[in-house]
Parts: sequence; C-alpha cells; structure tokens
Amino acid sequence: MSIAEKLNTYTTGPDEQGHFGRFGGRFVAETLMPLILEVERAYTDARRDPAFKRELEHYAAHYVGRPSPLYFAERLSEALGGAKVYFKRDELNHTGSHKINNCLGQILLAKRMGKTRIIAETGAGQHGVAVATVCARFDLPCVVYMGETDIERQQPNVFRMRLLGAEVKPVTSGTGTLKDAMNEALRDWVANVEDTFYIIGTVAGPHPYPMMVRDFQSVIGQETRTQMLEAEGRLPDSLVACIGGGSNAMGLFYPFLDEPEVRIVGVEAAGKGVETGEHAASLNGGRPGVLHGNRTYLLQTDDGQIVDAYSISAGLDYPGIGPEHSWLKEAGRVEYVSATDAEALEGFKLCTRTEGIIPALEPAHALAHVAKLAPTLPKDHLLVMNLCGRGDKDVFAVAKRLGADIE
Amino acid sequence: MSDAAVATHLAQTRLEKRFADLKAAGRAGLVTYLTAGDPDAATSLEILQGLPAAGADVIEIGMPFSDPMADGPAIQAASLRALNAGMTLAKTLDLVAAFRQADREAPVVLMGYYNPIYSMGVEAFLARAVEVGVDGLIVVDLPPEEDRELCAPARAAGLHWIRLATPTTDDARLPRVLAEVSGFLYYVSVMGITGTKSATREHVAEAVARLRRHTDTPIAVGFGIKTAEAVREVGAVADAAVVGSALVERVRANLDEAGKARPGLADDVLGFVRELAGGLTA
Repeated sequence: MSIAEKLNTYTTGPDEQGHFGRFGGRFVAETLMPLILEVERAYTDARRDPAFKRELEHYAAHYVGRPSPLYFAERLSEALGGAKVYFKRDELNHTGSHKINNCLGQILLAKRMGKTRIIAETGAGQHGVAVATVCARFDLPCVVYMGETDIERQQPNVFRMRLLGAEVKPVTSGTGTLKDAMNEALRDWVANVEDTFYIIGTVAGPHPYPMMVRDFQSVIGQETRTQMLEAEGRLPDSLVACIGGGSNAMGLFYPFLDEPEVRIVGVEAAGKGVETGEHAASLNGGRPGVLHGNRTYLLQTDDGQIVDAYSISAGLDYPGIGPEHSWLKEAGRVEYVSATDAEALEGFKLCTRTEGIIPALEPAHALAHVAKLAPTLPKDHLLVMNLCGRGDKDVFAVAKRLGADIE
Repeated sequence: MSDAAVATHLAQTRLEKRFADLKAAGRAGLVTYLTAGDPDAATSLEILQGLPAAGADVIEIGMPFSDPMADGPAIQAASLRALNAGMTLAKTLDLVAAFRQADREAPVVLMGYYNPIYSMGVEAFLARAVEVGVDGLIVVDLPPEEDRELCAPARAAGLHWIRLATPTTDDARLPRVLAEVSGFLYYVSVMGITGTKSATREHVAEAVARLRRHTDTPIAVGFGIKTAEAVREVGAVADAAVVGSALVERVRANLDEAGKARPGLADDVLGFVRELAGGLTA
C-alpha cells in the first residue's frame, strides 16, 4: 500500500519535530539550535495573532499589490489547442516575483522578535532583491550572500540590491553558487545569532522554515482558489509550477493538496538533460540526504558529497528541494517532471509572442511543461500555471543564448 | 567520569582511560584536528602516525564534506583539498584502520557532517567504524533534536557520542545537550565558525565553571585556539584544548604551487604539535 492510500489529508505537516514523513527536521549546529527554537516559538505565536495577520495583509495589498490576477491566457491556450490555460500572475508583484510574499512575512516576524540585522542568500537575485526591498522599507541593515558565478550572470539584480541599500557579499567558497551562498549565510548566522534574522528564500532549511515559507506563499493558492471559483464556478483541474527549492510551487499547491480531483504537477529544471548529469532535478535525478538543516532529495555523489546543480535559470539551480516536496513525491500526491534548458527557452518565446508577457526563465520551465500537457487535454480542462516571475532580469542571458548581441 | 566510577568501570574505553590518565597526571590534554586525506592520503597517514609521539592526547580526524557549514575558510579549504585528492568516507575509515595497525592506545574521534554517513548507511558506517577502532563521533549537524539518527545507534554500537555545547546553550537547554554525551564534552568557546574568533580567557573560565556544575564529563574547549600560549591558558581551566584550523593552516603552508605536499610537510606539522603540547606539562 502506498503512503497516499493511507492518508486522507496532506496538509497537517510538519509534525512537532519539523518532519514531513521522513523528510525535513532540524540538522543544524548546536549554536543555531536555541535560535531555531526561538524562531519557531515566535512564528507559532505570530500566526495565531490577528494583528500580525492584519499587518501582513495590509502590506500584501498596498505594497506588494495582492491579489495578483488570475488571467486566462487565451492566445496561448489557442496556440496549444487543448486545455484552458490560466496564469497566476505573481510576476506582477512588486519586485517582479513571488519572493516578496515570503520576505514580507519574515521581516515582520524579525521585527516582532526585535532582530536588528537581516541576512539572506540568493541565486538568481530575485529573493535577494525582495529581501533588500523589505529591508529598505522597514529600515533594517541587510547582507545578501550571492555566489560569484551568479553575480556574473545576474548583474542587473546585483545592482538593484545595492541601490536598495543591501550589501551584496560575493561567495567564492565551494563552487560559488546558491548552495555556497546558503552555507555562507548560515556561517554568518552562527556568528551573529543575537541580533540577526536569516530570511531563507525557499521552502527549505531547518524547521520551521519550510513550513513558514510555505505558509507565507500559500496566499498564491488561496487566491487562485477564490479567483477560479469566481471565473469558472469550480476548482481548477490541474496546477503546474516550476521548482528549484520549490516555494512558488508549494504556495500554489498547498491549498489544493486535499482536493483529490486536482492534478498537481511540479516541473524541475533538467538543464542539458537529466541523463547528462548537468541538471537541477533533485527529485528526478537525486536521492535523499541531509543538507542545509533538512533531509530531502539532493544531488550528490556516491560518497554523499553535494554536487552542483546546473540550469539556464539561476533561480532553479539548487542541488536540493524543499522537504515537503520530497514527501509529496513519495506520497504520490504530486507528479514531478522536468524540462530542459532548450524546452524552457521555447516556452519563454511562446509566452512572449502569444501573450505579450516576458516570463522569467524559472516559470519558463513550467510553460515548457504546459506546452506538452495542454494539447493532450480537453478544451474544458482548467489548467493553472504559476507565472511566478517576470523575465526582465533574464533578457541578457536569453539574448546570449539566442546569439543576439545587445550589450 | 568520577574517580569512583573509573574504579568500577572495568571495561574502560580508550577515551575514558586517556582522560583518567591525564587527570592522574594532573595535566590537561591536547586534542588535535586534521582533515582526513589532506593534502593526500599518504601524507595524512604519515602525520597521523606521528601525532601520539608529538603529544596529541586525542586525535580528531575530519571526515571531508563538500558543504561544511560550521567551518571557517581554513577547514573548508582542507576539506576541498582532501576531496580533490580523492578522499571519501570509506577511505577515511581505511585511514583509521591503517593508523590502528601500529597504535592501539591513542583515542581516535571522527568529526564531520551527517550526509556522507547517511549516504553510506548508518549501520554500515558504524560497523566499519567499530571494526577499524574509532572511539567516538562528533557530528556537527546532529543536535539532540536529531538523536534518533545516529547518536542512539552509535552509542548502542559502543562508540562515544561527543556533543558540542556553545555559548548559546543556556542552562535550560544544557541538560538536554548533556543527556547522551559521553567521552568528553566539546565546548565551542565562540559564537561562530572554526578558525576565526577567539574567546577571552575569562569567558572560557566562566563557561567551563558553568558546565562543571552540570556534568562530570571531561570538557575540551575548542575554536580559535591557535598557539601554545592559548593551549596553556585553556589547559589551565579545561580538561583539554582542541586545535584544528591552525594545524590545517600548517598543512597548507607546506604545499607547493600545484597544491602538492612539499618534502617535510609531516615533520613540520608534527613539530607544531610538539610546540602546542609543550604548554601542557604538569
């Protein structure tokens, strides 16, 4: 019997120890443990406090611009000739991606805890920009760790963060990418536990982060539910979202996990192809391990050394994935597929040409899968894809890839 | 462990015997940390074999990991050097086996992160660790909250579980940290990563006094201890001083431009160990 057959709910996790099945947990150094427990207590308290909720909703509405529209992508649907495709337009948020939803929640929590300094890691720079933004707005000093390799390929976001007053610290340790940026942020935190709050950007890290980030991102799915009922009088038939760490996907999926009729699909980055070894598909090409405070699927060698992820999208090339996704995979509730760089580029072009929306390379992976899936589905099938980020930041990378010289 | 306990504990382990002997001799011990396979397996073994004679009382061997999140630049670099030279967890255990062929006395403690162990399989790892003569484990990313993972099976297999206590481990939390500790308690004297900041003498003395109110387990103090003078100061209040990054830096200082060991690397590192141990005579 599969885990799925034994369960009638998928929304009660994590348990008190932060476990989603065998995944999750709190695998951190002792120095951080008391602080992790403090964050957990503070968050438990905050989520029950109506004043915290009101404050979060106020800024979500007036600063971020929520709710984001649920938009019927008519021309894309026509072009694909199948399902009715809707976009959840989180690329319209202030700062251009879903990342701000989480940053807002965490910085309000940091203020509530009396923390006076913020640190964060970033890959593509979308999370870094969102953190730098809320730090400017709430007047807290901010240090963003970013891999040297990522700094090179995401210059516009590096400049944005600096404009916003953040200190961007290049990370050269390890391989100079997102995983190393997270290592450096954790090292900073260990040395500055008393005044510092670490705003983790995805549904990973030690408990309570996977739960907390999911909760802050769940506004995406909750709005989708309400909006789809308004638009079509029923729930969507399927959901599609891209996955690096998995926060936009978790946010869209979570409010639908207990709706058995809703098919849910997560799309990992297959890079040059999962079979080539150059990819970021932890669930499709990795195995369970322990990194950055939690047990989850990881890209690793036979010896348990972490391997670098690769993707055309800097926001997806993380060698792990949120532990709740690992659990949902094994429980069989969510399907996890992958899309290559080349497929994502096609999705990027298709969306731009048919809808006049330049998507980020991250949701371009979701678009690639929608392009495969939608034509196989009937015209009354309601498919929602999370358009979690806009593509301005990727224009240079795409130009380079397509052989255009715009610099 | 108290004197009475030592007397009644017939099957005393190597680690317990070492701390009992140190106590009898009226001096503190020197715990040395070096990363397995840094800069290569042969040199690493050569250093290890010389450590007891050079004055190391307890030998910590780092299990290299690609993402050592609690370590500073020195030990990060050592890990990468070892991994680039082909080191693995299996070969780390082989290294201990090779060391044990000539030395049955010196306590050996493996220190590192959980993932390589989890990847090998807890059962297989513990069986091999016991077989080759490992005495204890320090796994940085396994706090008491995750004791079911490795602490419980390791203790059942007869290995010591050496816990880290830090300045953030307050009196309310301390009993939980001490509950399953055995062999010795490793006090991390600074909030931070290895090889960076150093604690003041006053902080160390106060912290050790606080820990002693809670436990009889020997207390080793580490992080930021880089000189014979610092070893002497820590040795005056704790049961042992741990030196890691400074030793690893000594390895690095003896590499040529291609990152290979220069002749005399092991002798130089062992000379430094002798110098560090010199401060601890009774």
